[in-house]
Amino acid sequence: MADSVSTKNLALAKAINESLRRALETDPKVLVMGEDVGKLGGVFRVTDGLQKDFGESRVIDTPLAESGIVGTAIGMALRGYRPVVEIQFDGFVFPAYDQIVTQLAKMHARSLGKVKMPVVVRIPYGGGIGAVEHHSESPEALFAHVSGLKIVSPSNASDAYWMMQQAIQSDDPVIFFEPKRRYWDKGEVNTEAIPGPLHKAQVVREGTDLTLVAYGPMVKLCQEVAAAAAEEGKNLEVLDLRSVSPLDFDSIQTSVEKTRRLVVVHEAPVFFGSGAEIAARITERCFYHLEAPVLRVGGYHAPYPPARLEEEYLPGLDRVLDAVDRALAY
Amino acid sequence: MTVESTAARKPRRSAGSKAGGTGTGRTTRAGAGKSAEPELVQLLTPEGKRVKNAKNAEFAQYVAGVTPEDLRGLYRDMVLTRRFDAEATSLQRQGELGLWASLLGQEAAQIGSGRALRDDDYVFPTYREHGVAWCRGVDPTNLLGMFRGVNNGGWDPNGNNFHLYTIVIGSQTLHATGYAMGVAMDGADSAVIAYFGDGASSQGDVAESFTFSAVYNAPVVFFCQNNQWAISEPTEKQTRVPLYQRAQGYGFPGVRVDGNDVLACLAVTRWALERARNGEGPTLVEAYTYRMGAHTTSDDPTKYRADEERESWEAKDPILRLRRHLEASNHTDEGFFAELEAESEALGRRVREAVRAMPDPDHFAIFENVYADGHALVDEERAQFAAYQESFATESDSGFAAGTGGN
Ligand SMILES: Cc1ncc(C[n+]2csc(CCOP(=O)(O)OP(=O)(O)O)c2C)c(N)n1
Repeated sequence: MADSVSTKNLALAKAINESLRRALETDPKVLVMGEDVGKLGGVFRVTDGLQKDFGESRVIDTPLAESGIVGTAIGMALRGYRPVVEIQFDGFVFPAYDQIVTQLAKMHARSLGKVKMPVVVRIPYGGGIGAVEHHSESPEALFAHVSGLKIVSPSNASDAYWMMQQAIQSDDPVIFFEPKRRYWDKGEVNTEAIPGPLHKAQVVREGTDLTLVAYGPMVKLCQEVAAAAAEEGKNLEVLDLRSVSPLDFDSIQTSVEKTRRLVVVHEAPVFFGSGAEIAARITERCFYHLEAPVLRVGGYHAPYPPARLEEEYLPGLDRVLDAVDRALAY
Repeated sequence: MTVESTAARKPRRSAGSKAGGTGTGRTTRAGAGKSAEPELVQLLTPEGKRVKNAKNAEFAQYVAGVTPEDLRGLYRDMVLTRRFDAEATSLQRQGELGLWASLLGQEAAQIGSGRALRDDDYVFPTYREHGVAWCRGVDPTNLLGMFRGVNNGGWDPNGNNFHLYTIVIGSQTLHATGYAMGVAMDGADSAVIAYFGDGASSQGDVAESFTFSAVYNAPVVFFCQNNQWAISEPTEKQTRVPLYQRAQGYGFPGVRVDGNDVLACLAVTRWALERARNGEGPTLVEAYTYRMGAHTTSDDPTKYRADEERESWEAKDPILRLRRHLEASNHTDEGFFAELEAESEALGRRVREAVRAMPDPDHFAIFENVYADGHALVDEERAQFAAYQESFATESDSGFAAGTGGN
């Protein structure tokens, strides 16, 4: 299986590229749209070569206008297309926020289910790449609060490939958060073995002492934390959520009933973040199983700092280990 | 003057005129030799010759009093700005800056417009207005902090009436408009200028700023540097009509100026500022120019544009053109250029040393100025952060001191 012809070793960005290519090939209604996605192949080269092969009307360089990009994608979806739009960086989605929140998210409900909104909004997100302002943020909670949207974030190349396939096939709008600091991480992608459903969390490391929950860029960190903790004799389980909305509480519950301790890790500010929702629900579901309060590790209630301070701001190995120690000390 | 009457004086060319390249059907970029320069207000040719014609007479009067010394000053501004920019680009290459957005090629547009301003005018830049910052007296090293990653701004906007750089495309045009509305409400005769790119012209914010400024007759000059590209996308991907014509639909005048001609940029901006001061409302100036370098140091222009295009624009270099003019008019001697060369080297050195000496910010800067009034959660997280930092210095037992929130 592992050495089948359908298995490739791909960087996460390249896996998305191949996934988009496959979608463009198999479904003539799929379109790719965004700023610089054509000749340049996007500022991260995620759409590299697609316009050359599929032409300017399937891989569309748009004017520099995010509200316009999402708003017209909504119109195209109404006409039967399946647009995959790229927002260049996390901080630039806000001009489109109105279209996403007031229109894209609610069209299905408002039309009494008559209208489908198969739009994927791709957003490279998160920090750790030393960028300037507005290029490192994690706004997933701002979208998760809105009903009607699905929010996912792959952590590895295989998920990036398959989750993109599934997002494009979804008849609901999907905000597809791409962990930009993992774009260059390589992994095995089997383009034939279809994985589990889009919104199912995955145990990426089995353990018994504590559950670490993460998604997107923080999954790799949590695996490193678990490896470091193992050297101290602590046996941590790591759960990759993969989807923020819907959120697979069942898988978290199963894990927490086993380990009895939970630490949630994300880059976004902790205050009113996805960790808060997880902590509340798991406390409700697992009250009698928990040996410690659910702890959260994430960003501060402060603007994303300049690059030279981002290592202080972002969760790192030590901060997560510290939270693990505190949870285990109860 | 009312909006109607300013609109009435607007049409500088008929919409159908050939040279206008209204865009219809023009989807490719011809590169060298393409004739997309209609109705350009030009006072100085690429060969350095003064242009006099009926079209530019209205604007030429605004630089009638320019002395040889003024011309040398403009030349010096452009040379030093280019030197600063080149230094920043190489500092990025050396790893001292995380990113740099070069203004190479746009010196005339920035210096010409920047030198038209009065001290009490207010500037709203994008992220590439290093030459305008220079004219405002902002120390160039202050511009480098955000590109080095030590801060998200780096200067007091009110110190020089030069607002912070704005990364989100187009946002600042609305701020400029609101500021200008405030100026008008105060009964002051200051003007406001907003810089943005051809790409930005597609943003809703820019369209809304046009609407607001027209409706409220705000004393604002919209200064669009059309450098032909928005990262990889040519202007044709943003508009099908020459950008300056947009203004007409909003009810205020628009004019296209040769953005590589510092004199014309000075003249046209003075004209537009005068309109603002006289209560005649907004103006759109489209400075037709060229970004000679990459979009930023992260960009690779070879993926989307031909070398010949840059070469054709090099022939219109803004600095060279003024030098030719100065030399032909005997406004300088060799000493002037030699001294400037030395000054420029010294500036490069100063910038280099200043950047290398720029300290990393204090870790607690994360929590500074989040709110003007303070905030309990920020205080709590700062204290937790402090305890956490402290735990590395002192502890050997596990750091229980750190709390939960924000960790
Ligand atoms: C809202 C928003 N979308 C996207 C970007 C990413 N971006 C940065 S600069 C740029 C191109 C800007 O082109 P233009 O307005 O012509 O100005 P120029 O850089 O050429 O001076 C883009 C797309 C951004 N900064 N803000």
